[in-house]
Amino acid sequence: MTDFLALHAEIIITLVKIVLLLFIVLTVNAYLTWFERKVVAHMQTRWGPHRVGPHGLLQPLADGAKFLLKEDPTPEGVDKFTYFLAPLMALTLALTSIAILPFGPNPIHIFGRDIFLGIVDLNIGILALFAITALSVYGAALAGWSSNSKYPLLGGLRSSAQMISYELALTMSVVGVLLMAGSFSLRDIINAQAAHPERGILGWNVFPQILGFLCFFTAATAETNRIPFDLAEAESELVAGFHTEYASFKFAMFFIAEYTSMITISALCSIMFFGGWLSPFPASWTFAHYLPSAILIPFGLWVIWDGIRYETIFGRIILPGVGAVMALIGALLIVFPFINEFIQGPFWLLGKILFFLFFYVWMRGTLPRFRYDQLMSFGWKLLLPVSLANVVITAVVIMVRGH
Amino acid sequence: MNAPLIIFFVLAAIAIMGAVNLILQSHPIHCALSLIVVMVALAGLYLLMGAEFVAAVQIIVYGGAIMVLFVFVIMLLNAGAEERTNISRLAGIAGLPLAIVLMGFIAAAVAQSTDRVQAAAQLGAPAPTKALAGLLFQEFVYPFELTSFLILVAILGAIVLAQREKN
Repeated sequence: MTDFLALHAEIIITLVKIVLLLFIVLTVNAYLTWFERKVVAHMQTRWGPHRVGPHGLLQPLADGAKFLLKEDPTPEGVDKFTYFLAPLMALTLALTSIAILPFGPNPIHIFGRDIFLGIVDLNIGILALFAITALSVYGAALAGWSSNSKYPLLGGLRSSAQMISYELALTMSVVGVLLMAGSFSLRDIINAQAAHPERGILGWNVFPQILGFLCFFTAATAETNRIPFDLAEAESELVAGFHTEYASFKFAMFFIAEYTSMITISALCSIMFFGGWLSPFPASWTFAHYLPSAILIPFGLWVIWDGIRYETIFGRIILPGVGAVMALIGALLIVFPFINEFIQGPFWLLGKILFFLFFYVWMRGTLPRFRYDQLMSFGWKLLLPVSLANVVITAVVIMVRGH
Repeated sequence: MNAPLIIFFVLAAIAIMGAVNLILQSHPIHCALSLIVVMVALAGLYLLMGAEFVAAVQIIVYGGAIMVLFVFVIMLLNAGAEERTNISRLAGIAGLPLAIVLMGFIAAAVAQSTDRVQAAAQLGAPAPTKALAGLLFQEFVYPFELTSFLILVAILGAIVLAQREKN
Protein backbone atom coordinates (compact mmCIF):
# COMPACT_ATOMS: atom_id res chain seq x y z
CA MET A 1 0.00 0.00 0.00
CA THR A 2 2.72 2.45 0.94
CA ASP A 3 4.66 1.45 -2.17
CA PHE A 4 1.61 2.16 -4.28
CA LEU A 5 1.16 5.54 -2.60
CA ALA A 6 4.80 6.46 -3.07
CA LEU A 7 4.79 5.38 -6.71
CA HIS A 8 1.72 7.34 -7.69
CA ALA A 9 2.08 10.21 -5.22
CA GLU A 10 2.02 12.88 -7.94
CA ILE A 11 -1.20 11.58 -9.47
CA ILE A 12 -2.90 11.09 -6.10
CA ILE A 13 -1.94 14.57 -4.89
CA THR A 14 -3.17 16.11 -8.14
CA LEU A 15 -6.47 14.23 -7.95
CA VAL A 16 -7.01 15.32 -4.35
CA LYS A 17 -6.20 18.90 -5.34
CA ILE A 18 -8.65 18.74 -8.25
CA VAL A 19 -11.46 17.41 -6.04
CA LEU A 20 -10.76 20.04 -3.37
CA LEU A 21 -10.59 22.87 -5.88
CA LEU A 22 -13.80 21.72 -7.60
CA PHE A 23 -15.57 21.60 -4.26
CA ILE A 24 -14.33 25.07 -3.31
CA VAL A 25 -15.10 26.60 -6.70
CA LEU A 26 -18.61 25.16 -6.87
CA THR A 27 -19.39 26.34 -3.33
CA VAL A 28 -18.01 29.78 -4.08
CA ASN A 29 -20.11 29.80 -7.26
CA ALA A 30 -23.25 29.05 -5.29
CA TYR A 31 -22.54 31.84 -2.82
CA LEU A 32 -21.56 34.17 -5.64
CA THR A 33 -25.18 34.08 -6.80
CA TRP A 34 -26.22 35.00 -3.26
CA PHE A 35 -23.58 37.75 -3.14
CA GLU A 36 -24.67 39.15 -6.49
CA ARG A 37 -28.36 39.18 -5.60
CA LYS A 38 -27.66 40.74 -2.22
CA VAL A 39 -25.33 43.47 -3.51
CA VAL A 40 -27.53 44.40 -6.47
CA ALA A 41 -30.55 44.43 -4.15
CA HIS A 42 -28.89 46.82 -1.74
CA MET A 43 -27.84 49.05 -4.64
CA GLN A 44 -31.50 49.24 -5.61
CA THR A 45 -32.65 49.73 -1.97
CA ARG A 46 -34.17 46.26 -1.71
CA TRP A 47 -33.38 43.48 0.74
CA GLY A 48 -32.54 40.70 -1.69
CA PRO A 49 -32.88 37.08 -0.54
CA HIS A 50 -33.69 37.03 3.19
CA ARG A 51 -36.28 34.30 3.72
CA VAL A 52 -34.21 31.11 3.58
CA GLY A 53 -31.88 31.24 6.55
CA PRO A 54 -30.44 34.37 8.19
CA HIS A 55 -29.58 36.97 5.52
CA GLY A 56 -30.84 34.45 2.96
CA LEU A 57 -27.66 32.46 3.45
CA LEU A 58 -29.35 29.14 2.66
CA GLN A 59 -30.82 30.48 -0.58
CA PRO A 60 -28.09 28.90 -2.81
CA LEU A 61 -28.92 25.52 -1.26
CA ALA A 62 -32.62 25.99 -2.02
CA ASP A 63 -31.74 27.10 -5.57
CA GLY A 64 -29.52 24.07 -6.06
CA ALA A 65 -32.25 21.69 -4.89
CA LYS A 66 -34.70 23.40 -7.20
CA PHE A 67 -32.36 23.08 -10.19
CA LEU A 68 -31.97 19.37 -9.53
CA LEU A 69 -35.64 18.63 -9.00
CA LYS A 70 -37.21 20.63 -11.83
CA GLU A 71 -38.57 18.86 -14.87
CA ASP A 72 -36.04 18.79 -17.68
CA PRO A 73 -37.96 18.76 -20.96
CA THR A 74 -36.11 18.48 -24.27
CA PRO A 75 -37.88 20.64 -26.85
CA GLU A 76 -39.12 19.16 -30.11
CA GLY A 77 -36.77 19.37 -33.08
CA VAL A 78 -33.53 20.10 -31.24
CA ASP A 79 -30.27 18.67 -32.53
CA LYS A 80 -29.93 16.16 -29.69
CA PHE A 81 -26.18 15.61 -29.63
CA THR A 82 -25.26 19.28 -29.85
CA TYR A 83 -28.05 20.27 -27.49
CA PHE A 84 -26.58 18.07 -24.74
CA LEU A 85 -22.98 18.81 -25.66
CA ALA A 86 -23.28 22.61 -25.37
CA PRO A 87 -23.88 23.02 -21.59
CA LEU A 88 -21.38 20.26 -20.86
CA MET A 89 -18.74 22.01 -22.96
CA ALA A 90 -19.40 25.39 -21.35
CA LEU A 91 -19.10 23.96 -17.84
CA THR A 92 -16.08 21.73 -18.49
CA LEU A 93 -14.04 24.45 -20.16
CA ALA A 94 -14.89 27.02 -17.49
CA LEU A 95 -13.85 24.62 -14.71
CA THR A 96 -10.68 23.57 -16.57
CA SER A 97 -9.45 27.15 -16.75
CA ILE A 98 -9.36 27.34 -12.93
CA ALA A 99 -6.74 24.57 -12.89
CA ILE A 100 -4.08 26.81 -14.42
CA LEU A 101 -4.24 29.52 -11.76
CA PRO A 102 -1.62 29.58 -8.98
CA PHE A 103 -3.07 30.52 -5.58
CA GLY A 104 -0.03 31.10 -3.41
CA PRO A 105 3.73 31.64 -3.55
CA ASN A 106 4.92 28.99 -1.09
CA PRO A 107 4.37 25.24 -1.12
CA ILE A 108 2.87 23.37 1.83
CA HIS A 109 5.34 20.87 3.34
CA ILE A 110 3.36 17.75 4.06
CA PHE A 111 4.39 14.04 4.09
CA GLY A 112 7.85 15.19 3.03
CA ARG A 113 6.60 16.77 -0.18
CA ASP A 114 6.19 20.32 -1.41
CA ILE A 115 2.62 20.82 -2.49
CA PHE A 116 2.04 24.00 -4.43
CA LEU A 117 -1.27 25.82 -4.26
CA GLY A 118 -2.80 25.37 -7.70
CA ILE A 119 -3.12 22.30 -9.86
CA VAL A 120 -0.65 22.85 -12.69
CA ASP A 121 2.01 25.46 -13.23
CA LEU A 122 2.40 25.73 -16.98
CA ASN A 123 5.17 27.56 -18.80
CA ILE A 124 2.54 28.81 -21.19
CA GLY A 125 -0.01 29.54 -18.44
CA ILE A 126 -1.63 32.59 -19.95
CA LEU A 127 -1.69 31.10 -23.45
CA ALA A 128 -3.33 27.94 -22.16
CA LEU A 129 -5.99 30.09 -20.50
CA PHE A 130 -6.60 31.93 -23.75
CA ALA A 131 -6.84 28.61 -25.57
CA ILE A 132 -9.56 27.48 -23.16
CA THR A 133 -11.36 30.82 -23.47
CA ALA A 134 -11.18 30.54 -27.25
CA LEU A 135 -12.99 27.20 -27.13
CA SER A 136 -15.57 28.24 -24.55
CA VAL A 137 -17.52 30.31 -27.08
CA TYR A 138 -18.83 27.05 -28.56
CA GLY A 139 -20.93 26.52 -25.44
CA ALA A 140 -23.08 29.57 -26.19
CA ALA A 141 -22.92 29.31 -29.99
CA LEU A 142 -23.88 25.63 -30.15
CA ALA A 143 -26.56 26.02 -27.49
CA GLY A 144 -28.10 28.79 -29.57
CA TRP A 145 -27.93 26.82 -32.79
CA SER A 146 -29.05 23.42 -31.52
CA SER A 147 -32.15 24.71 -29.73
CA ASN A 148 -33.89 25.08 -33.12
CA SER A 149 -35.60 28.26 -31.99
CA LYS A 150 -35.35 31.85 -33.15
CA TYR A 151 -34.24 33.72 -30.00
CA PRO A 152 -31.51 31.26 -28.99
CA LEU A 153 -30.15 31.32 -32.56
CA LEU A 154 -29.87 35.11 -32.41
CA GLY A 155 -28.22 34.83 -29.00
CA GLY A 156 -25.73 32.27 -30.27
CA LEU A 157 -24.92 34.42 -33.31
CA ARG A 158 -24.38 37.48 -31.17
CA SER A 159 -22.24 35.51 -28.79
CA SER A 160 -19.91 34.19 -31.47
CA ALA A 161 -19.64 37.56 -33.24
CA GLN A 162 -18.84 39.24 -29.93
CA MET A 163 -16.26 36.59 -29.13
CA ILE A 164 -14.45 37.03 -32.45
CA SER A 165 -14.42 40.81 -32.01
CA TYR A 166 -13.21 40.95 -28.43
CA GLU A 167 -10.79 38.05 -28.35
CA LEU A 168 -8.27 40.02 -30.38
CA ALA A 169 -8.33 42.96 -27.96
CA LEU A 170 -8.20 40.59 -25.00
CA THR A 171 -5.06 38.89 -26.30
CA MET A 172 -3.32 42.08 -27.40
CA SER A 173 -3.99 43.86 -24.10
CA VAL A 174 -1.87 41.42 -22.08
CA VAL A 175 1.12 41.58 -24.43
CA GLY A 176 2.45 44.59 -22.51
CA VAL A 177 2.45 42.58 -19.27
CA LEU A 178 4.11 39.63 -21.01
CA LEU A 179 6.82 41.92 -22.39
CA MET A 180 7.50 43.31 -18.93
CA ALA A 181 7.65 39.87 -17.33
CA GLY A 182 9.39 38.12 -20.24
CA SER A 183 7.36 34.97 -19.64
CA PHE A 184 3.96 33.38 -20.20
CA SER A 185 3.94 31.75 -16.78
CA LEU A 186 1.52 33.34 -14.30
CA ARG A 187 3.97 32.70 -11.46
CA ASP A 188 6.74 34.55 -13.32
CA ILE A 189 4.39 37.45 -14.06
CA ILE A 190 3.71 37.87 -10.33
CA ASN A 191 7.38 37.49 -9.43
CA ALA A 192 8.29 40.18 -11.97
CA GLN A 193 6.00 42.56 -10.07
CA ALA A 194 7.79 41.69 -6.84
CA ALA A 195 11.12 42.96 -8.17
CA HIS A 196 11.02 45.94 -5.77
CA PRO A 197 9.42 44.76 -2.51
CA GLU A 198 10.00 48.14 -0.85
CA ARG A 199 7.65 49.84 -3.30
CA GLY A 200 4.62 47.72 -2.42
CA ILE A 201 1.60 48.72 -4.47
CA LEU A 202 3.67 50.97 -6.77
CA GLY A 203 5.47 47.95 -8.21
CA TRP A 204 2.28 46.44 -9.64
CA ASN A 205 1.73 46.24 -13.37
CA VAL A 206 -1.42 48.29 -13.25
CA PHE A 207 0.47 51.59 -13.17
CA PRO A 208 2.70 51.18 -16.24
CA GLN A 209 0.03 49.08 -17.94
CA ILE A 210 -3.08 51.12 -17.13
CA LEU A 211 -4.17 51.11 -20.79
CA GLY A 212 -3.61 47.39 -21.00
CA PHE A 213 -5.61 46.82 -17.82
CA LEU A 214 -8.59 48.88 -18.99
CA CYS A 215 -8.63 47.09 -22.36
CA PHE A 216 -8.20 43.70 -20.69
CA PHE A 217 -10.95 44.18 -18.15
CA THR A 218 -13.40 45.48 -20.75
CA ALA A 219 -12.64 42.71 -23.22
CA ALA A 220 -12.74 40.10 -20.46
CA THR A 221 -16.17 41.32 -19.35
CA ALA A 222 -17.30 40.92 -22.94
CA GLU A 223 -15.81 37.41 -23.07
CA THR A 224 -17.69 36.35 -19.95
CA ASN A 225 -20.95 37.71 -21.38
CA ARG A 226 -21.56 39.95 -18.40
CA ILE A 227 -23.36 43.27 -18.28
CA PRO A 228 -22.85 45.63 -20.10
CA PHE A 229 -21.86 43.09 -22.76
CA ASP A 230 -24.53 40.45 -22.18
CA LEU A 231 -26.21 40.88 -25.54
CA ALA A 232 -26.18 37.13 -26.07
CA GLU A 233 -28.78 36.76 -23.32
CA ALA A 234 -30.42 40.17 -23.34
CA GLU A 235 -33.68 39.57 -21.48
CA SER A 236 -35.51 42.52 -22.96
CA GLU A 237 -34.81 41.44 -26.53
CA LEU A 238 -34.12 37.72 -26.68
CA VAL A 239 -36.12 36.22 -23.74
CA ALA A 240 -32.97 34.58 -22.29
CA GLY A 241 -30.77 34.39 -25.37
CA PHE A 242 -28.84 31.23 -26.06
CA HIS A 243 -30.13 29.29 -23.03
CA THR A 244 -33.84 30.01 -23.55
CA GLU A 245 -34.64 26.37 -24.34
CA TYR A 246 -32.65 24.91 -21.47
CA ALA A 247 -34.24 23.99 -18.16
CA SER A 248 -33.30 22.44 -14.86
CA PHE A 249 -29.70 21.40 -14.40
CA LYS A 250 -28.61 22.12 -17.97
CA PHE A 251 -29.60 25.74 -17.34
CA ALA A 252 -27.68 25.63 -14.06
CA MET A 253 -24.62 24.37 -15.93
CA PHE A 254 -24.57 27.51 -18.06
CA PHE A 255 -24.87 29.60 -14.91
CA ILE A 256 -22.08 27.77 -13.11
CA ALA A 257 -19.92 28.21 -16.22
CA GLU A 258 -20.59 31.95 -16.27
CA TYR A 259 -19.78 32.43 -12.60
CA THR A 260 -16.69 30.25 -12.84
CA SER A 261 -15.34 32.29 -15.73
CA MET A 262 -16.04 35.40 -13.64
CA ILE A 263 -13.79 33.95 -10.96
CA THR A 264 -11.11 33.08 -13.52
CA ILE A 265 -11.13 36.55 -15.03
CA SER A 266 -11.03 38.20 -11.59
CA ALA A 267 -8.05 36.03 -10.68
CA LEU A 268 -6.34 36.88 -13.97
CA CYS A 269 -6.85 40.61 -13.40
CA SER A 270 -5.36 40.29 -9.92
CA ILE A 271 -2.43 38.19 -11.10
CA MET A 272 -1.46 40.14 -14.19
CA PHE A 273 -2.13 43.71 -13.16
CA PHE A 274 -2.57 43.82 -9.38
CA GLY A 275 0.39 41.83 -8.14
CA GLY A 276 -1.39 38.53 -7.52
CA TRP A 277 -0.47 37.41 -4.00
CA LEU A 278 1.76 40.43 -3.30
CA SER A 279 0.82 42.72 -0.46
CA PRO A 280 0.09 46.34 -1.42
CA PHE A 281 2.23 47.50 1.49
CA PRO A 282 6.01 47.89 1.34
CA ALA A 283 7.89 44.86 2.65
CA SER A 284 9.14 46.82 5.69
CA TRP A 285 5.62 47.24 7.09
CA THR A 286 5.57 43.96 8.99
CA PHE A 287 2.57 45.01 11.07
CA ALA A 288 0.46 44.68 7.89
CA HIS A 289 0.88 40.92 8.26
CA TYR A 290 -1.67 41.02 11.08
CA LEU A 291 -4.37 42.26 8.71
CA PRO A 292 -5.97 38.80 8.21
CA SER A 293 -6.36 38.49 11.99
CA ALA A 294 -7.56 42.07 12.27
CA ILE A 295 -10.32 41.25 9.80
CA LEU A 296 -11.14 37.70 10.92
CA ILE A 297 -11.48 38.31 14.68
CA PRO A 298 -13.94 41.25 14.61
CA PHE A 299 -15.90 39.66 11.76
CA GLY A 300 -16.12 36.36 13.63
CA LEU A 301 -17.31 38.14 16.78
CA TRP A 302 -19.90 40.02 14.75
CA VAL A 303 -21.16 36.77 13.20
CA ILE A 304 -21.56 35.28 16.71
CA TRP A 305 -23.45 38.35 17.92
CA ASP A 306 -25.57 38.40 14.78
CA GLY A 307 -26.40 34.68 14.97
CA ILE A 308 -27.64 34.85 18.54
CA ARG A 309 -30.40 37.25 17.53
CA TYR A 310 -32.07 34.58 15.38
CA GLU A 311 -34.42 31.95 16.73
CA THR A 312 -33.72 29.26 14.12
CA ILE A 313 -31.22 26.42 14.51
CA PHE A 314 -29.09 27.79 11.67
CA GLY A 315 -28.99 31.23 13.29
CA ARG A 316 -28.55 30.14 16.91
CA ILE A 317 -26.04 27.34 16.47
CA ILE A 318 -24.37 27.31 13.06
CA LEU A 319 -23.76 31.05 12.66
CA PRO A 320 -22.13 31.45 16.11
CA GLY A 321 -20.15 28.28 15.40
CA VAL A 322 -18.83 29.68 12.13
CA GLY A 323 -18.09 32.98 13.83
CA ALA A 324 -16.21 31.23 16.64
CA VAL A 325 -14.11 29.28 14.11
CA MET A 326 -13.28 32.50 12.26
CA ALA A 327 -12.26 34.32 15.43
CA LEU A 328 -10.25 31.26 16.51
CA ILE A 329 -8.39 31.13 13.18
CA GLY A 330 -7.69 34.86 13.53
CA ALA A 331 -6.30 34.29 17.02
CA LEU A 332 -4.24 31.27 15.87
CA LEU A 333 -2.66 33.37 13.13
CA ILE A 334 -1.36 35.76 15.80
CA VAL A 335 -0.07 32.90 17.96
CA PHE A 336 1.67 31.00 15.13
CA PRO A 337 3.60 33.49 12.98
CA PHE A 338 4.73 30.86 10.44
CA ILE A 339 1.12 30.05 9.53
CA ASN A 340 0.49 33.77 9.32
CA GLU A 341 3.41 34.18 6.90
CA PHE A 342 2.09 31.34 4.77
CA ILE A 343 -1.43 32.74 4.69
CA GLN A 344 -0.37 36.21 3.48
CA GLY A 345 -0.15 35.30 -0.23
CA PRO A 346 -3.48 33.48 -0.55
CA PHE A 347 -5.09 36.15 1.66
CA TRP A 348 -4.16 39.00 -0.66
CA LEU A 349 -4.94 37.05 -3.83
CA LEU A 350 -8.38 36.04 -2.54
CA GLY A 351 -9.00 39.60 -1.35
CA LYS A 352 -8.25 40.96 -4.80
CA ILE A 353 -10.38 38.29 -6.50
CA LEU A 354 -13.24 39.21 -4.17
CA PHE A 355 -12.80 42.88 -5.03
CA PHE A 356 -13.05 42.16 -8.76
CA LEU A 357 -16.09 39.96 -8.23
CA PHE A 358 -17.68 42.85 -6.36
CA PHE A 359 -16.67 45.11 -9.25
CA TYR A 360 -18.49 42.79 -11.68
CA VAL A 361 -21.64 42.96 -9.56
CA TRP A 362 -21.22 46.70 -9.17
CA MET A 363 -21.14 47.09 -12.95
CA ARG A 364 -24.25 44.98 -13.22
CA GLY A 365 -26.02 47.24 -10.75
CA THR A 366 -24.86 50.40 -12.52
CA LEU A 367 -24.35 50.14 -16.26
CA PRO A 368 -26.97 49.82 -18.98
CA ARG A 369 -26.50 47.31 -21.79
CA PHE A 370 -24.68 48.32 -24.97
CA ARG A 371 -26.55 48.58 -28.24
CA TYR A 372 -25.29 46.02 -30.75
CA ASP A 373 -23.61 48.48 -33.14
CA GLN A 374 -22.03 50.26 -30.15
CA LEU A 375 -20.64 46.94 -29.00
CA MET A 376 -19.03 46.25 -32.37
CA SER A 377 -17.58 49.73 -32.92
CA PHE A 378 -16.35 49.83 -29.32
CA GLY A 379 -14.47 46.58 -29.77
CA TRP A 380 -12.97 47.21 -33.18
CA LYS A 381 -12.50 50.98 -33.21
CA LEU A 382 -11.48 51.67 -29.63
CA LEU A 383 -10.25 48.59 -27.76
CA LEU A 384 -8.16 47.04 -30.53
CA PRO A 385 -6.26 50.23 -31.55
CA VAL A 386 -5.65 51.20 -27.91
CA SER A 387 -4.33 47.76 -26.99
CA LEU A 388 -2.10 47.74 -30.10
CA ALA A 389 -0.78 51.19 -29.18
CA ASN A 390 -0.12 49.87 -25.67
CA VAL A 391 2.01 47.05 -27.10
CA VAL A 392 4.07 49.48 -29.20
CA ILE A 393 4.55 51.96 -26.33
CA THR A 394 5.55 49.23 -23.88
CA ALA A 395 8.00 47.70 -26.36
CA VAL A 396 9.61 51.07 -27.10
CA VAL A 397 9.93 51.98 -23.42
CA ILE A 398 11.48 48.60 -22.58
CA MET A 399 13.91 48.94 -25.50
CA VAL A 400 14.92 52.50 -24.56
CA ARG A 401 15.47 51.52 -20.93
CA GLY A 402 17.59 48.66 -22.20
CA HIS A 403 16.29 45.61 -20.42
CA MET B 1 4.30 0.39 -25.13
CA ASN B 2 5.20 3.32 -22.95
CA ALA B 3 2.78 6.01 -21.83
CA PRO B 4 3.70 8.65 -24.45
CA LEU B 5 3.25 6.11 -27.24
CA ILE B 6 -0.20 5.17 -25.95
CA ILE B 7 -1.17 8.85 -25.73
CA PHE B 8 0.20 9.38 -29.23
CA PHE B 9 -1.91 6.58 -30.68
CA VAL B 10 -5.03 7.70 -28.79
CA LEU B 11 -4.65 11.27 -30.02
CA ALA B 12 -3.86 10.11 -33.56
CA ALA B 13 -6.93 7.87 -33.52
CA ILE B 14 -9.10 10.76 -32.31
CA ALA B 15 -7.72 13.00 -35.05
CA ILE B 16 -8.34 10.43 -37.78
CA MET B 17 -11.81 9.57 -36.48
CA GLY B 18 -12.63 13.28 -36.40
CA ALA B 19 -11.44 13.68 -39.96
CA VAL B 20 -13.43 10.68 -41.20
CA ASN B 21 -16.48 11.92 -39.30
CA LEU B 22 -16.02 15.32 -40.93
CA ILE B 23 -16.56 13.70 -44.34
CA LEU B 24 -19.37 11.37 -43.27
CA GLN B 25 -21.54 13.91 -41.44
CA SER B 26 -24.23 15.53 -43.54
CA HIS B 27 -24.87 18.64 -41.46
CA PRO B 28 -22.34 21.51 -41.77
CA ILE B 29 -22.33 22.20 -38.02
CA HIS B 30 -21.46 18.58 -37.25
CA CYS B 31 -18.70 18.77 -39.86
CA ALA B 32 -17.34 21.92 -38.21
CA LEU B 33 -17.45 20.21 -34.79
CA SER B 34 -15.52 17.24 -36.17
CA LEU B 35 -12.92 19.61 -37.58
CA ILE B 36 -12.56 21.22 -34.13
CA VAL B 37 -11.93 17.75 -32.70
CA VAL B 38 -9.19 17.22 -35.30
CA MET B 39 -7.59 20.58 -34.45
CA VAL B 40 -7.60 19.93 -30.70
CA ALA B 41 -6.23 16.40 -31.17
CA LEU B 42 -3.41 17.85 -33.29
CA ALA B 43 -2.70 20.37 -30.54
CA GLY B 44 -2.44 17.43 -28.17
CA LEU B 45 0.11 15.80 -30.48
CA TYR B 46 2.17 19.01 -30.57
CA LEU B 47 2.03 19.14 -26.79
CA LEU B 48 3.26 15.56 -26.64
CA MET B 49 6.30 16.57 -28.68
CA GLY B 50 7.02 19.41 -26.27
CA ALA B 51 5.88 22.22 -28.55
CA GLU B 52 3.77 23.97 -25.91
CA PHE B 53 3.57 27.29 -27.70
CA VAL B 54 2.57 25.75 -31.02
CA ALA B 55 -0.08 23.65 -29.26
CA ALA B 56 -1.62 26.67 -27.54
CA VAL B 57 -1.54 28.71 -30.74
CA GLN B 58 -3.07 25.80 -32.65
CA ILE B 59 -6.07 25.85 -30.30
CA ILE B 60 -6.33 29.64 -30.10
CA VAL B 61 -6.06 30.28 -33.84
CA TYR B 62 -7.54 27.16 -35.46
CA GLY B 63 -9.77 25.74 -32.73
CA GLY B 64 -10.87 29.17 -31.56
CA ALA B 65 -10.81 32.00 -34.06
CA ILE B 66 -11.09 30.24 -37.43
CA MET B 67 -13.58 27.58 -36.44
CA VAL B 68 -15.74 30.12 -34.59
CA LEU B 69 -15.89 32.01 -37.87
CA PHE B 70 -16.93 28.79 -39.67
CA VAL B 71 -19.64 28.07 -37.11
CA PHE B 72 -20.76 31.68 -37.22
CA VAL B 73 -21.15 31.63 -41.01
CA ILE B 74 -22.97 28.28 -40.95
CA MET B 75 -25.36 29.63 -38.31
CA LEU B 76 -25.81 32.93 -40.14
CA LEU B 77 -26.66 31.21 -43.43
CA ASN B 78 -28.79 28.70 -41.51
CA ALA B 79 -27.39 25.97 -43.73
CA GLY B 80 -29.36 22.74 -43.59
CA ALA B 81 -28.23 19.16 -43.98
CA GLU B 82 -26.57 18.40 -47.30
CA GLU B 83 -28.18 16.07 -49.77
CA ARG B 84 -26.29 12.95 -50.69
CA THR B 85 -25.30 12.80 -54.33
CA ASN B 86 -23.72 10.04 -56.32
CA ILE B 87 -19.97 10.25 -56.57
CA SER B 88 -19.00 12.07 -59.74
CA ARG B 89 -17.61 9.90 -62.50
CA LEU B 90 -14.18 11.58 -62.47
CA ALA B 91 -13.83 10.94 -58.74
CA GLY B 92 -14.97 7.36 -59.24
CA ILE B 93 -12.45 6.60 -61.99
CA ALA B 94 -9.42 8.72 -61.07
CA GLY B 95 -10.02 9.44 -57.40
CA LEU B 96 -10.02 5.98 -55.89
CA PRO B 97 -6.81 4.73 -57.55
CA LEU B 98 -5.09 8.02 -56.70
CA ALA B 99 -6.19 7.73 -53.09
CA ILE B 100 -4.87 4.16 -52.95
CA VAL B 101 -1.56 5.26 -54.47
CA LEU B 102 -1.28 8.09 -51.94
CA MET B 103 -2.01 5.73 -49.08
CA GLY B 104 0.64 3.39 -50.46
CA PHE B 105 3.23 6.16 -50.57
CA ILE B 106 2.46 7.24 -47.01
CA ALA B 107 2.54 3.65 -45.78
CA ALA B 108 5.88 3.10 -47.53
CA ALA B 109 7.31 6.26 -46.01
CA VAL B 110 6.13 5.23 -42.57
CA ALA B 111 7.41 1.70 -42.96
CA GLN B 112 10.81 2.89 -44.16
CA SER B 113 11.47 5.20 -41.26
CA THR B 114 10.12 3.68 -38.12
CA ASP B 115 12.51 5.84 -36.14
CA ARG B 116 10.66 8.94 -37.30
CA VAL B 117 7.35 7.56 -36.11
CA GLN B 118 9.10 6.80 -32.86
CA ALA B 119 10.40 10.36 -32.81
CA ALA B 120 6.89 11.70 -33.30
CA ALA B 121 5.74 9.68 -30.32
CA GLN B 122 8.68 10.65 -28.12
CA LEU B 123 7.97 12.75 -25.10
CA GLY B 124 9.81 15.91 -26.15
CA ALA B 125 11.31 18.25 -23.61
CA PRO B 126 9.27 21.46 -23.48
CA ALA B 127 10.84 23.79 -26.01
CA PRO B 128 11.32 27.25 -24.54
CA THR B 129 9.16 29.83 -26.26
CA LYS B 130 12.15 32.20 -26.18
CA ALA B 131 14.05 29.95 -28.61
CA LEU B 132 11.08 29.97 -30.97
CA ALA B 133 10.89 33.76 -30.76
CA GLY B 134 14.61 33.97 -31.54
CA LEU B 135 14.14 31.83 -34.63
CA LEU B 136 11.14 33.79 -35.83
CA PHE B 137 12.31 37.32 -35.16
CA GLN B 138 16.07 37.02 -35.67
CA GLU B 139 17.10 34.13 -37.87
CA PHE B 140 14.05 33.97 -40.15
CA VAL B 141 12.91 37.55 -39.76
CA TYR B 142 12.69 38.26 -43.53
CA PRO B 143 10.52 35.26 -44.43
CA PHE B 144 8.42 36.07 -41.36
CA GLU B 145 7.89 39.68 -42.42
CA LEU B 146 7.17 38.60 -46.00
CA THR B 147 4.50 36.20 -44.73
CA SER B 148 2.90 38.92 -42.66
CA PHE B 149 2.96 41.15 -45.75
CA LEU B 150 1.20 38.41 -47.70
CA ILE B 151 -1.49 38.20 -45.03
CA LEU B 152 -1.88 41.98 -45.12
CA VAL B 153 -2.41 41.84 -48.89
CA ALA B 154 -5.03 39.14 -48.43
CA ILE B 155 -6.84 41.26 -45.80
CA LEU B 156 -6.79 44.30 -48.10
CA GLY B 157 -8.13 42.14 -50.93
CA ALA B 158 -10.97 40.92 -48.72
CA ILE B 159 -11.87 44.50 -47.76
CA VAL B 160 -11.80 45.64 -51.40
CA LEU B 161 -14.07 42.77 -52.46
CA ALA B 162 -16.51 43.44 -49.61
CA GLN B 163 -16.63 47.15 -50.39
CA ARG B 164 -17.24 46.57 -54.12
CA GLU B 165 -20.27 44.44 -53.34
CA LYS B 166 -21.71 47.20 -51.18
CA ASN B 167 -21.42 49.76 -53.97
